[in-house]
Amino acid sequence: MATVGRALLILALVVALYGIAASLYGAVRRRDEFIASGRRSVYAIAALVTGAFAILEYAFLTSDFTFATVASHSSTTTPTFYQAAAAWSSQEGSLLLWLWLLSLWSSLVLFGVRKQLRIVTPWATAVLLGFAAFFASLLVFKETPFALLAVAPAEGAGLNPLLRHPSMMIHPPMLYSGYTLFTIPFAFGVAALITRQVRAADWIRATRRFALAAWLFLGIGILLGARWSYSELGWGGYWAWDPVENASLLPWLTGTALVHSIMIQEKRGMLKIWNVSLVLATGTLAILGTFLVRSGILDSIHAFGASTLGVPFVILIAIMIGGSIALVVWRREALRSENRLDSLLSREAIFLLNNLVLVAMAFVVFWGTFWPLIAEALTGTRRSLGPPWFDKYTVPLAIMLVLLSGIGPVIAWRKATAANARRNFLLPTVAALGIGVVLAAFGAASRPAALAMFVCGAFVVISVGQEFWRGVGVRRAMTGEGPLRALRSLVARNRRRYGGYLVHVGMALLFIGVAASTAFNSARDVRMTPGQTTRVGDYQFTYAKATSRVSTTQAGELEKISFGAIVNVTRDGEKIVTLRPERSYFPSRDLAGLGPVGRFFEGEATSEVGLKAGIRRDLWTAMTPDIRKLMPTIEEGDRVFAAAAGKLAPELEGQALGAALNGIVNRYVDSKPAATFRVITSPLVTWIWLGAITVFLGGLIALWPGPDAARRQVSASYKARVAEELGRA
Amino acid sequence: MPPARKRKIRLVVALSAAVLLACALVYTSLLSSSESVTPSDLVAVKAAADTAYTLTGKVVDGSVRTTDGGVDFRVRDREGATSVPVSYSGAVPDPFREGREVIITVRKQGTTFVGERDSLVTKCPSKFTEDATQRASS
Repeated sequence: MATVGRALLILALVVALYGIAASLYGAVRRRDEFIASGRRSVYAIAALVTGAFAILEYAFLTSDFTFATVASHSSTTTPTFYQAAAAWSSQEGSLLLWLWLLSLWSSLVLFGVRKQLRIVTPWATAVLLGFAAFFASLLVFKETPFALLAVAPAEGAGLNPLLRHPSMMIHPPMLYSGYTLFTIPFAFGVAALITRQVRAADWIRATRRFALAAWLFLGIGILLGARWSYSELGWGGYWAWDPVENASLLPWLTGTALVHSIMIQEKRGMLKIWNVSLVLATGTLAILGTFLVRSGILDSIHAFGASTLGVPFVILIAIMIGGSIALVVWRREALRSENRLDSLLSREAIFLLNNLVLVAMAFVVFWGTFWPLIAEALTGTRRSLGPPWFDKYTVPLAIMLVLLSGIGPVIAWRKATAANARRNFLLPTVAALGIGVVLAAFGAASRPAALAMFVCGAFVVISVGQEFWRGVGVRRAMTGEGPLRALRSLVARNRRRYGGYLVHVGMALLFIGVAASTAFNSARDVRMTPGQTTRVGDYQFTYAKATSRVSTTQAGELEKISFGAIVNVTRDGEKIVTLRPERSYFPSRDLAGLGPVGRFFEGEATSEVGLKAGIRRDLWTAMTPDIRKLMPTIEEGDRVFAAAAGKLAPELEGQALGAALNGIVNRYVDSKPAATFRVITSPLVTWIWLGAITVFLGGLIALWPGPDAARRQVSASYKARVAEELGRA
Repeated sequence: MPPARKRKIRLVVALSAAVLLACALVYTSLLSSSESVTPSDLVAVKAAADTAYTLTGKVVDGSVRTTDGGVDFRVRDREGATSVPVSYSGAVPDPFREGREVIITVRKQGTTFVGERDSLVTKCPSKFTEDATQRASS
């Protein structure tokens, strides 16, 4: 099996190299059969890597511990759902996932454009195959997922308990889909520059949907990671400005700029240098993100350690940056804009400003992330920046961004008139300012940045809501449809536009949630014994009682010991909710020097957060039990088992161990143990997840293929009436 | 004003603004950042009291002592035995264990290094591969 998997990867590498040669030869010599052969190489790689990935998945699902990666990342007791996900929890497995997704997306785009873009496509195929060859080389020569152990262990190490969360099943494929999809516009951008096809916007149109999908997938991946952090890790936050987190944010920010500026090139033939630079930068940042998590160049909690992949990635990134700059400079004449900016009060000017803010934000994040290396080069000393530095720059930029996302969709193209501005902005501005005044009166003025974000967010929601309202009104006037049917057909006729509007609303909700939960949360770390109460914000948290349990797997094996607490939350004497935070201890797989009882306290530990999520406020708590009092009992238990070693039958020993552990957990509860609690009351956190879902829905609507062009034809009179209704004539 | 001259002025203004912003960025970065160090660095340079350092290293086996509000432990070089004592209060990350790689912001107080509240992070063990020596080629 492993030999077949490895052979498939070697074959994929050979096919990629052949495909590059065939595509380039076909492009230069105008030989269609070689161009087609190059394209088919991509399909073949997709098939080969699918085979390799299926073999790896099969090894995980059947717990084949002859595979080194299965032995170190899975076990027979790992639930099936997580056995499948464990395939990409290792360096080598995640690289294979990267290559697999790249080959699938590349096949999809090349199949879609097989009868178009005849000049550009062969070069783009060669670039995509170049990426495939790079990753296939890493999997063949550096980090093979098909390495075998000389002696297969009876049991694997198991998937880290921290990763046993549904988000973690979807988070990496989403991130990698985002990264790999961003290589597609990159490949076509490079091809358009090489072939001097930059004036035609065909390649932009062909890859725009892939850029949007990349943006969406990457965004979902980032938010799933944030959600996992909030609900699974015991610190109560969702973003820590860690280098690997930042690395995923960078291409997302430039990708956001790209999906906006593409529209200006499509509509007005402007910003060609800017667009192609964004395409190239985003593709490069996607590879940089992949590099950061694998190289260990920066200290990150998420980075793979002990990696030898740094040098190949640095070479690839250097080629991408150097090549991109050379290509843009070489083709600068062909990239001249066809039109100029008519007015600063126009949609294109707002989009440009939005682009500048996004790129500034990306630059700040890049700077802060790479500051340790920059500082080392400047001062000879490695230094690092913390969250306050990032917040100092990103908060004002985020406020500007949200404000612009409310202006951009409704301001007119070319030049807005005073009447247009009044008609589109009067209500949202007055209403948002009114909301701001009310919020300030209720205490939001103490956090000016958060208040500014609330006002800007409200402005976006109202201005976009106004657009929907007017659109539905026009549609009803034209067709006599009911409000819901009118809304549905309005969106269906222009999915890209109204999907985009929904994305803006979602982002506004998300940023309102971030601002509120950051500025107005109350947090406290407190040590309590049962019966004690602590006050956080307006709420009283009472540690009512300790809990404990021993859990077994489906096969009846002892899985973990959990120590928890029942925490009653009241407000003004009224009971709000009962929270049950818990900390679980998994046995260490390292048996050397550890007794059968003690090893349960030397393995991985995970927090189960006690959370009451609400539309207005989240009540969050995590706990760390004080198990110091149990240590003498644990040591005594180990001594007893050591003395009985070899005297008990294995099944009796298992029963005795179960009884000993149950005795320990009962003793824990009876001892009225102290525990350290982190208690947080945080407003509007749920808005972040609701905003994310709204962004996801909007993105899907924008991505969904629209009706045929023929069905979208409208009569001149209908068009005129719509324009009149919207006041844009 | 001729358009070419206008463009040149715009370019100069934009470049000047970019240089000013870059200087501000460098200045605030230097001001706000803490030096990244290993335990050997802290021992060698005689760490200044009240200066924040970002300490990276591995938790020494057998050194972890749970306290009422956090943990006391020693951090050693990734490869090497030089270690320093750290006293930390705040949320202890779930993956924190002996032998794990940690990053923590510390300040020297007396003979020990006191960790800044909530600054302790532990490298994700799912990704931190110790070595691949057990592997044999297929």
